[in-house]
Amino acid sequence: MIRLDPALSQKLVRWVLVSLTALTVSILVFIITYVLLKGLPVLGWEFLSTGAVDAGRGGGIFPFIVSTVFITVVALAIATPLGVGTAIYLTEYTRETAATRVVRFAAECLAGIPSIILGLFGFITFVLFLKLGWSILSGGLTLAIMVLPTIIRTSEEAIIAVPQNRRDVSTSLGGTRWQTVTRVVLPGALPGIVTGIMLSVGRCIGETAAVIFTAGSALGTPTSIFASGRTLAVHFYILATETDAFGMAYGTAAALIIAILTINTLAYWMMHRIMRKYS
Amino acid sequence: MPAKIEVKNLSVFYGDFQALHEVGLRIKEHRITAFIGPSGCGKTTLLKTLDRMNDLVDGTRVEGQVLLDGEDIYQPGYKLIKLRKRVGMVFQRPNPFPLSIHDNITYGPRVHGVRDKGTLEGVVERSLQAVHLWDELKDDLKRSALTLTSEQQQRLCIARLAAVEPEVLLMDEPCSALDPISTLRVEELMLELKKNYTIVVVTHNMQQAARISDESGFFYLGRLIEFNRTKTIFTKPANKMTEDYITGRFG
Repeated sequence: MIRLDPALSQKLVRWVLVSLTALTVSILVFIITYVLLKGLPVLGWEFLSTGAVDAGRGGGIFPFIVSTVFITVVALAIATPLGVGTAIYLTEYTRETAATRVVRFAAECLAGIPSIILGLFGFITFVLFLKLGWSILSGGLTLAIMVLPTIIRTSEEAIIAVPQNRRDVSTSLGGTRWQTVTRVVLPGALPGIVTGIMLSVGRCIGETAAVIFTAGSALGTPTSIFASGRTLAVHFYILATETDAFGMAYGTAAALIIAILTINTLAYWMMHRIMRKYS
Repeated sequence: MPAKIEVKNLSVFYGDFQALHEVGLRIKEHRITAFIGPSGCGKTTLLKTLDRMNDLVDGTRVEGQVLLDGEDIYQPGYKLIKLRKRVGMVFQRPNPFPLSIHDNITYGPRVHGVRDKGTLEGVVERSLQAVHLWDELKDDLKRSALTLTSEQQQRLCIARLAAVEPEVLLMDEPCSALDPISTLRVEELMLELKKNYTIVVVTHNMQQAARISDESGFFYLGRLIEFNRTKTIFTKPANKMTEDYITGRFG
């Protein structure tokens, strides 16, 4: 075997790692600039504020922005209390038993289910069986199931990371378990929980397969959670597969990417603020 | 003098391990009682049974009685919230909440249902005054408690406890994270506090026990070897083991 000079091998490793990082970053930058370059010319006030004309070949994406926001809000309004509640129960109200391991394993399995299967499940359960039809509610419920494992896991990790002595102090001052959870544990875990929620927002906005089956692809602006609505991602998918309006598709994609980048930036900014306040 | 706390025939088990063997002693009101002994001798375990913080440790079993003003705190149905309002704990490391000085102090009263702002302001002032932090910090109540020095933090923790108006203060090596000068100042504070509270302190520091306590118990391997007035323990210990420990021959 050839033994390399240690100084040389150090240099080599450094060089390899730097190029790997550079490659990763450049892929990301390439995708974003490509989509923005193609999409930004379309993206204007009119595009954002008007409805689609001729199945999206003309007009704008306003109804789809509304649907996306609507579905995401419904999904998180359902998944956040469920997920955070489950995480609190698993970490603060029960000790490690076979049952908690089963719950965790089930959540992990749920996380591994392809979204198209969830879409099918949502279609059968919410759309057909519960007769909710293609609607914001059906889509929101399906997405809630999809992001639930993420919310449970990130919340659990955040809760576990809160130092035990804070709980002990609260208990020794006469705080009940619930008071300890709400006044000491959750404030400390908040940055982590918010991160999990923000990650989930990103996934909801970008999800296609799970919502196309459950929320449908109506072109109008949904006026209630029982109305069908087309999300931005679904609109993009339909434009790209069923029309030749690629310019409009890129405009939609650019709007999606900008939305997700904005949400992530906001999430980080919020996290830093909260972290500064609590640590 | 009637005992504030009376421990009768107390044994504590962690799973199969017996951490305390049939301990009995009386803690007098408005006195400082020190528990001394080498690491793992059961002194902290005993301290934690006095406000039932041991209940939080899985697999803990307690036999015997702990009487607070004559009432067994281990009797079924005994209200833990009430117990912990009456008997409070100061921990080894200063551990203020990552909140403002003000919110640290009001934490206890608030979990016990005090909402009135005026009342809470009064509690903050009195509690900080009791630990001599008021003059230093009265204009800084919104500041994060984590920016304080270790000594200030430990004083704040004592103030946070004082805010729930307990009768007994349990202190688990309260000065072990402090430098010698801060230690002396916190000891002075403890001597002052015994006018209003009954204090039980666990300490590794023999000089500290001698300086501040009225009565001392020497523990070894989960047994109470000797319990007496501190002066007697340190000058004429009845037991050879106590003598060897306080003279530094082991431990």
